[in-house]
Amino acid sequence: MNQQDLESRFQDKIDREVKIEAKDWMPDAYRKTLIRQISQHAHSEVVGMLPEGNWITRAPSLRRKAALLAKVQDEGGHGLYLYAAAETMGVSRDQLLDELHTGKAKYSSIFNYPALSWADMGAIGWLVDGAAIMNQVMLQRTSYGPYSRAMIRICKEESFHQRQGYEILLTLVRGSAEQKAMAQDSLNRWWWPSLMMFGPSDAESTHSAQSMAWKIKRKSNDVLRQAFVDATVPQAQYLGLTIPDPDLKWNEETGHWEFGPIDWDEFWNVVKGNGICNRQRLRDRVNAHEEGAWVRDAALAYAEKKQARKAVVTP
Amino acid sequence: MNQTASPSLFQFALYMADNCLVLGHRLGEWCGHGPVLEQDIAMTNISLDLIGQARLYYQYAAELEGKGRTEDDLAYLRSEREYTNALLVELPNGDFAHTIARQFLFDAWHLPFLKTMLSSPDAGLADIAGKAVKEVTYHLKWSREWVLRLGDGTDESHQRMQTALDEAWMYRLELLMPAPFEQRLIDAGVIAGPDEIRNDWEQTIADTLREATLTTPDDPAVQTGGKTGIHTEHLGHMLADLQYMQRAYPGLEW
Repeated sequence: MNQQDLESRFQDKIDREVKIEAKDWMPDAYRKTLIRQISQHAHSEVVGMLPEGNWITRAPSLRRKAALLAKVQDEGGHGLYLYAAAETMGVSRDQLLDELHTGKAKYSSIFNYPALSWADMGAIGWLVDGAAIMNQVMLQRTSYGPYSRAMIRICKEESFHQRQGYEILLTLVRGSAEQKAMAQDSLNRWWWPSLMMFGPSDAESTHSAQSMAWKIKRKSNDVLRQAFVDATVPQAQYLGLTIPDPDLKWNEETGHWEFGPIDWDEFWNVVKGNGICNRQRLRDRVNAHEEGAWVRDAALAYAEKKQARKAVVTP
Repeated sequence: MNQTASPSLFQFALYMADNCLVLGHRLGEWCGHGPVLEQDIAMTNISLDLIGQARLYYQYAAELEGKGRTEDDLAYLRSEREYTNALLVELPNGDFAHTIARQFLFDAWHLPFLKTMLSSPDAGLADIAGKAVKEVTYHLKWSREWVLRLGDGTDESHQRMQTALDEAWMYRLELLMPAPFEQRLIDAGVIAGPDEIRNDWEQTIADTLREATLTTPDDPAVQTGGKTGIHTEHLGHMLADLQYMQRAYPGLEW
């Protein structure tokens, strides 16, 4: 079969909603796009452990400490599923980690913002996981089978995380004046970066059109962002917190919340590596990996010795 | 104090709680920084188990005391001098080998001790042991396997594991040296004495070190003090982190 036939058969499958599996033929660009996207997603889970990890030792009660630990652990687990999904496309986890550590691969820019107060554990769960869920719910139906299945597992846990984050904030706003102020401060700092999580506007987004045609993505950045705002504004109102956007208003005709302009200069600045935590996050990951090298080597050497001994005992 | 409960039982429940919380907290410090993702997750698992066990003991202690204090009051509002965990568990994480040495020496005591606690005439303790014993069986399996991998892995890992073991060694015996509150419970038949644990504990350590090609340290030094609230310099820093929120914002719900 020539290239053109293969491609039209591939697109036909996509159009008929048949999942693409690891062994199926696929265009190189599809494979590349997915490796980029899945690995970026995996890196985001792993780097995302760091801002919340910053509060594990200082969680204010034993119940909160256990819940936060479990949540951050879930993120590590999501990283594992996603690296495994990427590996089905013929790359190794080592290769992908290498790209992260050398700065070639990206992760979600949101994790380059600092987690400064306990309220941030609430805001990250509510807003950051909330924004991630919008994307991930869509990705459950993505065209690549292993990615879609990883997403189905991940979504179940993420919605739990979001409720947990919201509940942290609910406790704060029902508490003392300083707790309420802590919650408001946290919303002020996380609101705009959360809106930026959906990526550039559709007009500016380089990868979007092709990804939609391949059904890797099924909704555009702007559509997802609007859905997030519409879902989140009433939740903020219920908390009695003010969203830091003077232009925010309900549009009766469209049935949507209109919001003010996003500061894309800030977005690109952080994407390019100049956020307050970019260097720190990457350094933490690189250090963990480098300092763990002797441990991984030991495990490998031990497994090989064990194998060799077994071979001697049972020829 | 609850009419029928003895002060020793309350102190013992706190001692076990402190051991579990302090070690669980230390393991939690690894979260996001482990040598490989799978082991990051494994350490968080053990941390979660230990914090869960700490909560059971603190809740039980609060109930025994009967003064309306909660698990969080006991964990977050007692000073360094009031913490009675064994020194071993508060030692800093160090490199992965130090974390493993600390964990293995603790688990090798923890598991046989919990097994004896299963048949304690005190229903509260027996109940906690029943919940914890499965978890701790896994902890010992995990830490033992890592002693083997590191000891019998590469030259570097062997050296690091030996160093870590040498350094933790003088802290291990405190676990087997009863504090007065333990001695009273041993005498009353509520918990097992060190002689019921010692053989199992020594056997596990000796077998594991031999298989791991490690040398049993011959350091005669023994450090104690944790059970009477005299700690290493490390615990104060840990509590400064752990108790920060409750100390900075007293009396609030989180």
